[in-house]
Amino acid sequence: MNSPSPRKLRVATASLAGCFGCHMSFLDIDEHLFELVELIEFDRSPLTDIKDVGPCDIGLIEGGVCNAENVHVLREFRRNCKTLIALGACAVNGGLPAQRNHIPLAECLREVYQFRDGVANGQIPNDPELPLPLDKVRPIHEVVRVDYFIPGCPPSGPAIWKFLTDLLAGRTPRLSGGLLHYD
Amino acid sequence: MSVLPSSVVASLDDILLRHRHQATELLQILIQAQQIEGWLPAATLTHIAAALGLPRARVEGVAGFYSFLYTQPVGRYRVLFSDNITDRMLGNAELLDALCRKLWIEPGHLSEDGLVSVTTTSCTGLCDQGPAMLVNGRAIGQLSHRRINEIAELIRQQRPLELWPAEYFQIDDNIRRRDALLGLDMPPGAALQAAVARGRDGWLAEMQASNLRGRGGAGFATAVKWASAKNAPGAPKVIVCNADEGEPGTFKDRVLLNSFADLVFEGMSLAAWAVGASQGFLYLRGEYRYLLPQLEAVLARRRAAGLLGTGILGQAGFDFDIAIHLGAGAYVCGEESALIESLEGKRGTPRIRPPFPVTKGYLGRPTVVNNVETLAKTCLIALGGGEAFAATGTAQSAGTKLLSISGDCAMPGIYEYPFGVPISRVLEDCGASDTQAVQVGGASGICLAGYEFHRRIAYEDVPTAGAFMIFDGTRDLFDVARAFVHFFAHESCGFCTPCRVGTSLLKGFMDKLADGHGAQADLADIDWLDRLLKNASHCGLGSAAPNPVIDTLQKFRPAYERRLVSLDFEPAFDLDAALAEARQLTGRDDSGAHLKTHEEDEK
Amino acid sequence: MTKQFLLDGQPVPFDDGQTILEAARKAGHYIPSLCWHKDFPPHGSCKLCVVKAAGRHVSACATPAKEGWEVESNTPEINGERRGLLQMLFVEGNHFCPSCEKSGNCELQALAYEYEVLTPRFRHFFPDRPVDASHPDVLLDFNRCIFCELCVRASREIDGKSVFALTGRGIGKHLVVNAESGQLGDTDFSATDAAAHICPVGVILPKGTGFAVPIGERSFDVATIRSKTLKESS
Ligand SMILES: Cc1cc2nc3c(=O)[nH]c(=O)nc-3n(C[C@H](O)[C@H](O)[C@H](O)COP(=O)(O)O)c2cc1C
Ligand code: SF4
Ligand code: SF4
Ligand code: SF4
Repeated sequence: MNSPSPRKLRVATASLAGCFGCHMSFLDIDEHLFELVELIEFDRSPLTDIKDVGPCDIGLIEGGVCNAENVHVLREFRRNCKTLIALGACAVNGGLPAQRNHIPLAECLREVYQFRDGVANGQIPNDPELPLPLDKVRPIHEVVRVDYFIPGCPPSGPAIWKFLTDLLAGRTPRLSGGLLHYD
Repeated sequence: MSVLPSSVVASLDDILLRHRHQATELLQILIQAQQIEGWLPAATLTHIAAALGLPRARVEGVAGFYSFLYTQPVGRYRVLFSDNITDRMLGNAELLDALCRKLWIEPGHLSEDGLVSVTTTSCTGLCDQGPAMLVNGRAIGQLSHRRINEIAELIRQQRPLELWPAEYFQIDDNIRRRDALLGLDMPPGAALQAAVARGRDGWLAEMQASNLRGRGGAGFATAVKWASAKNAPGAPKVIVCNADEGEPGTFKDRVLLNSFADLVFEGMSLAAWAVGASQGFLYLRGEYRYLLPQLEAVLARRRAAGLLGTGILGQAGFDFDIAIHLGAGAYVCGEESALIESLEGKRGTPRIRPPFPVTKGYLGRPTVVNNVETLAKTCLIALGGGEAFAATGTAQSAGTKLLSISGDCAMPGIYEYPFGVPISRVLEDCGASDTQAVQVGGASGICLAGYEFHRRIAYEDVPTAGAFMIFDGTRDLFDVARAFVHFFAHESCGFCTPCRVGTSLLKGFMDKLADGHGAQADLADIDWLDRLLKNASHCGLGSAAPNPVIDTLQKFRPAYERRLVSLDFEPAFDLDAALAEARQLTGRDDSGAHLKTHEEDEK
Repeated sequence: MTKQFLLDGQPVPFDDGQTILEAARKAGHYIPSLCWHKDFPPHGSCKLCVVKAAGRHVSACATPAKEGWEVESNTPEINGERRGLLQMLFVEGNHFCPSCEKSGNCELQALAYEYEVLTPRFRHFFPDRPVDASHPDVLLDFNRCIFCELCVRASREIDGKSVFALTGRGIGKHLVVNAESGQLGDTDFSATDAAAHICPVGVILPKGTGFAVPIGERSFDVATIRSKTLKESS
């Protein structure tokens, strides 16, 4: 039997400590995007207006974990997504934001809020509405269980497409040859 | 470049001269140079490098390898608490805290006035009289709160170590059971006389008949080792006595060196006679440095008696002498090829084998490395003959074995048994009760549960280098395994990837479980790491490092499982602690300023 | 008749004294390595060349081949261990490939591609390691050192300078240079030294030439490390 999948797969995406580059790359799958929307529908994502993630088949996370808010979002994704994917270098290993890890947090914050040009008598804000930063930027697999990883800064459109089509077709996704790169 | 005071230069040049400006003496030179200022300033390393004609980076490489060499200032009083599991069971952590509180310092940090630093070190081989410490390299056992108070006072008064109460430094032998070796009363030279009378080949034949196997752990046939070195091309050949005794829980070599040094040195001479070696080294672990003066005195006596030197016992061509080299806090230097590197004045990195030391050892020459006890035992063979020796013990394990017994028992100390003695008999003799487990052979050995106490000490059943640590029903075997994992991570030489990174990863997982953040996924990762360490490590340290975890996971699994907070997954780090710095910087403590590491707690 | 052993079931001829790794590569079979170099005796530290010979794990680079041995290399078990070793090298240092000049020419990265390493898997150590920019022509970024000691060996044995050495122990092991100041600029190191060109990863980098080759044309953009290695050893 060759029956089509009875329903579209629900996909949610989020950008934590990332630059949206991976999301851009995701949109970069060009004409495949039309094929894709036949197969999936979006839940919470910067591409939609949905604010809270609901039960999903696939969650794509861009960016590392740099503050308490990131932890909450990531956990919400993990709770709701059957399959959670780390998308891009920052989600996979902290990436560029993690380059701050060798600088003490106090120095980072003072640099931003107190010593920067034009910030006179700046204070490190203590507004409870603002999420507190973690001492180090971490890859997402150090905070929740992650099912798949797509490295690259950003991963190329074809790599993302290959990965997703594998996944949608029920094959364990593989990246090799030119599709696997870390830069 | 910084300039050294001329008095320091004079002392250094004196040390360098005494070591004839030999690069092979580098470690010994560094150990002595450190005595000048208590540590090794950059300019000192530069001076030594120039004097020896070595690249400075190489000298810095060696200085950075050994735990007891310091390239940063340490206290004028350097206190190191022995941190074997047996010390921990006797409350060393509490004593360390107490001492630090009394001295107003933080563990691991030098006091502002440079007076004192307090931290931990790997097992110091005083498990039968712990908790123990080293103060400026001098061993003190039987620590109690009272003793700690007194020590704090002595340090505050800056009393020189020589004026501290002598009983502090008294180390007891604690010999509880004597058999063939410890019961032997031999005039120096008697065994050597007997061997020389048999001729070199006749003596080697006796050794072959004795079936003596190495007491250092691997159990290699001693006569085969000697014969290989004898037949290998290259000269002068070398005999090394391995007195590094770093395996946690082992202290029998300490006792042999303290009270039976003549047997040990005579064993080295017996080996030299068989092999045709002329150079001998005793590699003495830094922790046993306090034995150095008395050992040197024994050597001097033996030289005077014509038992060392040229033409020993009137035999033309029987020339042999022994030098003592000190280690400086590196367990891996007990591994024979790392030991040889260290003897050559290098970092203690294990070599690629083959070639084995018997063909290419010290400076590429045929070299026999034997354990202290192995060498002492050869005296029995020389005196009583190989066959008589082979008739004791079991079929594959001839003779007796010294056990270093510590932990939960009434009478810790040294017990000599014929091979084949059951664990249960040993437990009975040393007054152990309610025994939950015994760790035989040290951290890299085997952990035996109650249902295995019928097993026997022998190469063919439970092999051991001699450690025998007892844990009663009140102990948590997870804590035991974790202490050993910490030990291996600290002692990994860092040469190969699996051990360098793997022991640290394993330590991270054990700590995660200990901190109450463990998950089932961590047990799977631990299991995987155990296998990789076993399979891919370059030397016995890395391949033995997972042993305590493998054994306890198999035999005491609930000790792990009850620490799991999740059947699935827990974060790799403490989320809430990762916000602590930001909380401090912002002065916030609202609910949004916290994270629960375990997710269920969050909702 | 020449002697031979079996590598994953394929006969591999060898000369006495030849290691498993050398014989295999010569015969066109790939066994990976990072610390091995044809100009030096085997080092045996990275363990990427781990194989199972007659049922025992050994380093192929340091183990002389034996007649009739059955050696397993390209198996799920061994490749899984290699993947694990690569992951260990990634998490113990700080490897941010997108900002590394060596990216595309780096052997660690190329091996990770070869073995399809998609995740670092373990907790990152995020160690504090300095960058040394004191030399006019060469930059040292210790964040990426994998301790293969190729620079140590090349400087000592080819350049006759001993500019580099390892110090520390265990996970604290690190590279130092031959100057009391600890600065490369205070050594006799030169950009023309053999040691300046031997680092398999992005530690020893010539200044002012970074990112010169465009993406798509770098060594491992145009060939896999497997094909490159086999070409060089045939
Ligand atoms: C990490 C490691 C540490 C070792 N430590 C010691 C030691 O302290 N004393 C010892 O005699 N052998 C030790 N050994 C075993 C030696 O490598 C060597 O086998 C032994 O000294 C040979 O002497 P034997 O044949 O008399 O037993 C150690 C081995 C390893 C792998
Ligand atoms: S196994 Fe450990 S101790 Fe042995 S060589 Fe490797 S890193 Fe060093
Ligand atoms: S050294 Fe290699 S693996 Fe490391 S960051 Fe540079 S390119 Fe990436
Ligand atoms: S700097 Fe490069 S060549 Fe030198 S040890 Fe490190 S990784 Fe190897």
